[in-house]
Amino acid sequence: MKDLPLKNIWVLEFCQYLSGPCATLRLADLGARVIKIERPNKGEAGRKLAIENQWVGEDSLLFHTINRNKDSFAADLNDPKDREWVDKLIAKADVLIHNFRPGTMEKKGLDYASVKKLNRSIIYASISGYGEEGPWKNKPGQDLLIQSLSGLAYTTGNKQDNPVPFGLGLGDYLCGNQAVQGILAALIRKKRTGQGAKLELSLLESAVDFQFELFTTYFQSKRVPIRSSVNNAHTLLSAPYGIYKTADGYLAVAMMPLQRLNRAIDCVALAGFTEAEAFTKRDEIKCVLTHHFKTNTTAHWLERSQPHDLWMAPVMNWDQLRSTQTYRQLQVEQHVALNGGKTLTTTRCPIRMDGTVVHAAKPAPAVGEQTDVIKAELSRK
Amino acid sequence: MKLLEDILVLDFSQFLSAPSASLRLADMGARVIKVERPDTGDICRSLYVSDVEVHGESTIFHAINRNKESFAADLKKPEDRAKLNKLIARADVMLHNFRPGVMERLGLDYQQVKELNPTIIYGSISGYGEVGEWREMPGQDLLLQAVSGITYLSGSADDPPIPMGVAVGDIVAGTHLAQGILSALYRRLVTGQGAHIQISMLESLLDFQFEVITTYLNDGFQLPKRSSVNGAHAYIAAPYGIYKTHDGYMALAMGNIPRLGELLDSPPLQRYRDERSWFDQRDEIKHILKELLVTKPTAEWLARLEPADIWCADVLDYEKLRREEGYRVLQMEQQVHNEAFELTTTRCPIRVDGVILKSETAAPHLGEHNEEIENEFGL
Repeated sequence: MKDLPLKNIWVLEFCQYLSGPCATLRLADLGARVIKIERPNKGEAGRKLAIENQWVGEDSLLFHTINRNKDSFAADLNDPKDREWVDKLIAKADVLIHNFRPGTMEKKGLDYASVKKLNRSIIYASISGYGEEGPWKNKPGQDLLIQSLSGLAYTTGNKQDNPVPFGLGLGDYLCGNQAVQGILAALIRKKRTGQGAKLELSLLESAVDFQFELFTTYFQSKRVPIRSSVNNAHTLLSAPYGIYKTADGYLAVAMMPLQRLNRAIDCVALAGFTEAEAFTKRDEIKCVLTHHFKTNTTAHWLERSQPHDLWMAPVMNWDQLRSTQTYRQLQVEQHVALNGGKTLTTTRCPIRMDGTVVHAAKPAPAVGEQTDVIKAELSRK
Repeated sequence: MKLLEDILVLDFSQFLSAPSASLRLADMGARVIKVERPDTGDICRSLYVSDVEVHGESTIFHAINRNKESFAADLKKPEDRAKLNKLIARADVMLHNFRPGVMERLGLDYQQVKELNPTIIYGSISGYGEVGEWREMPGQDLLLQAVSGITYLSGSADDPPIPMGVAVGDIVAGTHLAQGILSALYRRLVTGQGAHIQISMLESLLDFQFEVITTYLNDGFQLPKRSSVNGAHAYIAAPYGIYKTHDGYMALAMGNIPRLGELLDSPPLQRYRDERSWFDQRDEIKHILKELLVTKPTAEWLARLEPADIWCADVLDYEKLRREEGYRVLQMEQQVHNEAFELTTTRCPIRVDGVILKSETAAPHLGEHNEEIENEFGL
């Protein structure tokens, strides 16, 4: 491949947990040098946040997953000497990103106006939970709360179920990825005009943007989305859209004309429904299909659907996916060598550039691991 | 100056994945021209199913394609192709989401486009990658969710696989495409090089799961075990979940269990002193909470927990959310219009230099800008 696109870009990360750190992980994989500014000894709070009680030495496996391919610079922001180094770093950096609650960076003298005095053309990105004003601005910007407040939990699961959250840190991930887009676009403008930028994002706005199709439809219809009571998969879509149990597993069935489906699967009861009823009677239709798909195996239904080019797929878990040829050919996994001889297996950047995949096997740093190296670099210039 | 001012994007894609990428580029100031088939246009105009329409087109089409232009052209007709070739020569970015092989057959794959424009940024989204036995399979969101393992993350232990109720594969792949394109545009400014960006929905959905897949890859390949009570995240300890209350629902994120026990007057909860038990015995802890929280209204619980900085929230649907000051202050809504109608939709979630990015331009009619574009570019 040609050079990584963000070669020579310096990013300062004043972040914790997932939203900001997943943004800088992407920037690092695209070639930027990412420096985490961490408090001495303890470092960022994400080091101590584990899932499934999984640890790698002192730090959580989760921290290692999100922070590979970065450097760490330890600094006590209240210590004038450390602060001088941080100011030097700011003067040198192209991008600064933080995800503290509104007001925190102001207290530290690291808000945009202050930082701009040190570096006129810096790109300054901040991530909050709910925006920087309004009654929710001091609420904890935690993912499950964002999902619950943004209406998202009413899109998943069946009508009779409790609201069902997405089983991932969705708001954090989306907002971090949106931040990457904003930062890259601002770097483009900076390269052309020399102008810096201030970017503001929030988890809540990102979660609403994520549901933009559903919101726009709701604004027109004034009806809140109603989940299907049988195998719900998308509130706006008609039958047969959903996941169905088969004799030996599960089958995903996407959009398709009902009678075309019928030609493939010979379901007598389905013949009584017209295409106009696919939305209005979706629960009845899906109920009919639920009984029918149970009578044979996933492979059988896939084979029957093939000549008709119907949109169906088997439902897989990670074991099953990992055993497929496609998964292996995509080269999704990479190995990161950790200090002490252990190896971490993780996924790689999903962006393929100039025909190659980007692997970046540098492990997550210990707190302050690169402090001295970076000081030496700054002193040389 | 807008962040992406004067960037010209030719968008050959349809449905949601790549169009959501070009929407974001348009939001940030790029000029996006949709290249559409003269007869039907983007299939999303008519085929995407929903029971709500705006002037014969789906609301979804309008949400995805606001702030874009439309150029109708038949890729198989020589005179249309000649015009397109001239446009391609002037474009900064070209993107598509056809199945692998289609653009090659049309003579519009990267190698051929590069001859017309050596520094173009060429981006594509496929379902399952451009190699491998699945490359011809339909890249549809539910099917990608199904094969990516993601359906085993939401819901509770006794539930079947549960898909996420938003087209997450399309949107995440579109986001990654925009990132690849923007980083390549930056590189082009530095080095003058063009780029070929390839995204697949499958790889994007795996990246979306990167935290939990990494856990699986390092814990001896244990598959996710969803909690059997109010499942919300297979890898997180109690009390994490959404609970029914006397008059609605409430969300409880991470929290100290004995402390919760004190605040909720629940002696049984105060027994879980060992932090590891919050994960290992999460189902019994959550069961105690479930029985307790249903006895009083949401507001009463929140009034007890929020002042103690416990991470909790009400669970809102769109109607309730829209009435909240915390939502209104964000100004997430905008009106777009053309000569016939006005439509309310959401806006770009990124604020730049303190300004909210809005655009009033509605999605284009099919071929609406042909004449204008032909004149402007001398086609």
